[in-house]
Amino acid sequence: MTTAANWSIEGKNHERNFKSIMFLGLLWLSLFVAFLFLIILLVTTAMNGMGRYDIRLFTDYNNTTPADAGARAAILGSLFVVTVTAFMAIPIGIAAAVYLEEFADRTKWYNKLIELNIQNLAAVPAILYGMLTLGILTLLGLKNKNVVIGGSLALALLILPVVILTTREALRAVPQEIRDGSLALGATEVQTVTKQTLPAAIPGIATGTILAVSRAIGEAAPLLLLGALVFITYDPNGLFAGFTTMPIQIFSWTSAAQDEFKQLAAATSMLLLVILLSMNGVAIFIRNKFAKRW
Amino acid sequence: MPRFNLKVAAVVIPAALLLAACGGTNSGDGASSAPTASSSEIRIDGSSTVAPLAAAAGELFKAENASVNVSVGTSGTGGGFKKFCAGETDISNASRPIKDEEAAECAAAGIEFTEIVVANDALTIVVNKENDWATCLTVDELKKMWEPAAEGTVTSWSQIRAGFPDVPLDLYGAGTDSGTFDYFTKAINGEEGASRTDYNPTEDDNVTVQGVEGAKGALGYFGLSYFEENMDKLTAVEVDGGTGCVAPSIETAQAGTYAPLSRPLFIYVNKASAARAEVLAFAEYFVANDDAITSKALFVPLSADQKTTAQTAVAGLK
Repeated sequence: MTTAANWSIEGKNHERNFKSIMFLGLLWLSLFVAFLFLIILLVTTAMNGMGRYDIRLFTDYNNTTPADAGARAAILGSLFVVTVTAFMAIPIGIAAAVYLEEFADRTKWYNKLIELNIQNLAAVPAILYGMLTLGILTLLGLKNKNVVIGGSLALALLILPVVILTTREALRAVPQEIRDGSLALGATEVQTVTKQTLPAAIPGIATGTILAVSRAIGEAAPLLLLGALVFITYDPNGLFAGFTTMPIQIFSWTSAAQDEFKQLAAATSMLLLVILLSMNGVAIFIRNKFAKRW
Repeated sequence: MPRFNLKVAAVVIPAALLLAACGGTNSGDGASSAPTASSSEIRIDGSSTVAPLAAAAGELFKAENASVNVSVGTSGTGGGFKKFCAGETDISNASRPIKDEEAAECAAAGIEFTEIVVANDALTIVVNKENDWATCLTVDELKKMWEPAAEGTVTSWSQIRAGFPDVPLDLYGAGTDSGTFDYFTKAINGEEGASRTDYNPTEDDNVTVQGVEGAKGALGYFGLSYFEENMDKLTAVEVDGGTGCVAPSIETAQAGTYAPLSRPLFIYVNKASAARAEVLAFAEYFVANDDAITSKALFVPLSADQKTTAQTAVAGLK
């Protein structure tokens, strides 16, 4: 905005002036169109869910009678699966990032290979992780693929590259002087990483991992492949229990015949949106509150 | 980036991997003990047509047996049998009888099963509300629309019957993995799986509802209960199977006069699973309370004869 304004004041070249204002206008138009559709989508979904924003959405299990149906199993399933996912992906992801950023010799061919692969894995379609997990579970001889540990494994594989990449970014942002200073004072490499580099990078790591985990919450494709599209009326009660999650419940309700189920699907979509927005809010809060400026 | 001592890395990284591996080992142990842990769970999968019925049965059953968890998947009849014959499920829902090759697959895996008819369904032909010409179609006319030879050539209603208007024919049908597709092609085209391919295939009946609602010349088919939920949007066509025009309804489906599109719906129970008290109890409950279950799920209940057959089948599970 300010740049365009400056140009118009200088006004040396009318044609250039006109072009830049046109370009700016186009950019604003694009933003407006994208935003408009988002608002329309949000408002219609919110309206469609009207009448089902009640406590029974949280307390009732799915039911073939829409008036008695709720998303309890799906909400608990989502929370459980994502918690297990976080426990699997975050420690491994951070450890891998610390190795690659702080210890790995980048001239070695195997480190280059790992690096290239992680970059590529971050762009792999989610459904492929579902297929991979299905293969792993079959190899392990697990009969029921639609179990919490299976879903978590698929989602953990999905977000692992993201966790690694964001953690590396955060580590890279820690100034070299901090490491040098720590080493100069006689700390070992491990002490430097655990006492200086990692703590300094924690705000960045936390932001990245929260965003990665919120991606896992919204994901349905890899879980569908594991057969998570099931009618379930109980809480997920163990790592090997069957489960369903909110995106899958929404998917299943939208294909039901009764309009009341579509209403439920809309209400659950809004709930999922609220969860995702609050997770992103927490991520932004952590970044603003704790991020250090060097 | 300092050149850190590789020895440090050599300690830290395997340690991290070891931790991860420990986690893996634990889950491995869990896997072996899983069957006992989830023994109070009844796993059902298969036809998406039958799923609401099985889910309704599960709900009513759970109301009396709170400790038993029932999960109902919707992999389609064919997909359900694949899982069933791999021993992954206790009960398989089917909207058609098991095929010989599927039965052979089960036999090869040592899976014995019992077939139980649990409800009836009337495959309902639906057209757009604005369609005022097709109130009754004969099986031959339906075949003219759907047979493989119609592909690319039969594109207008005027080709179906002299006197029908020249409105483009827009067809919606079941996807090839569904029992509904198998049943429809067998009943109308005479051969299972034989169908023109230039129609809109979908496993999601809502797509058919929306498609038929949106085009004047559209025609589609799905289960009766789905039509009953969408009566305000679509019109059902009467079908003439050679004995006059019959409208799809609970009565005509049960009596079998809505021919050839009324069909029985099945569950297949794994005999080894039925050794578990809760699976046997569920099968018994399903048949004993069939009227309550079918009315909850809006399906066509069993006739008196079918009920007797089902009771005999369940008694054989013990």
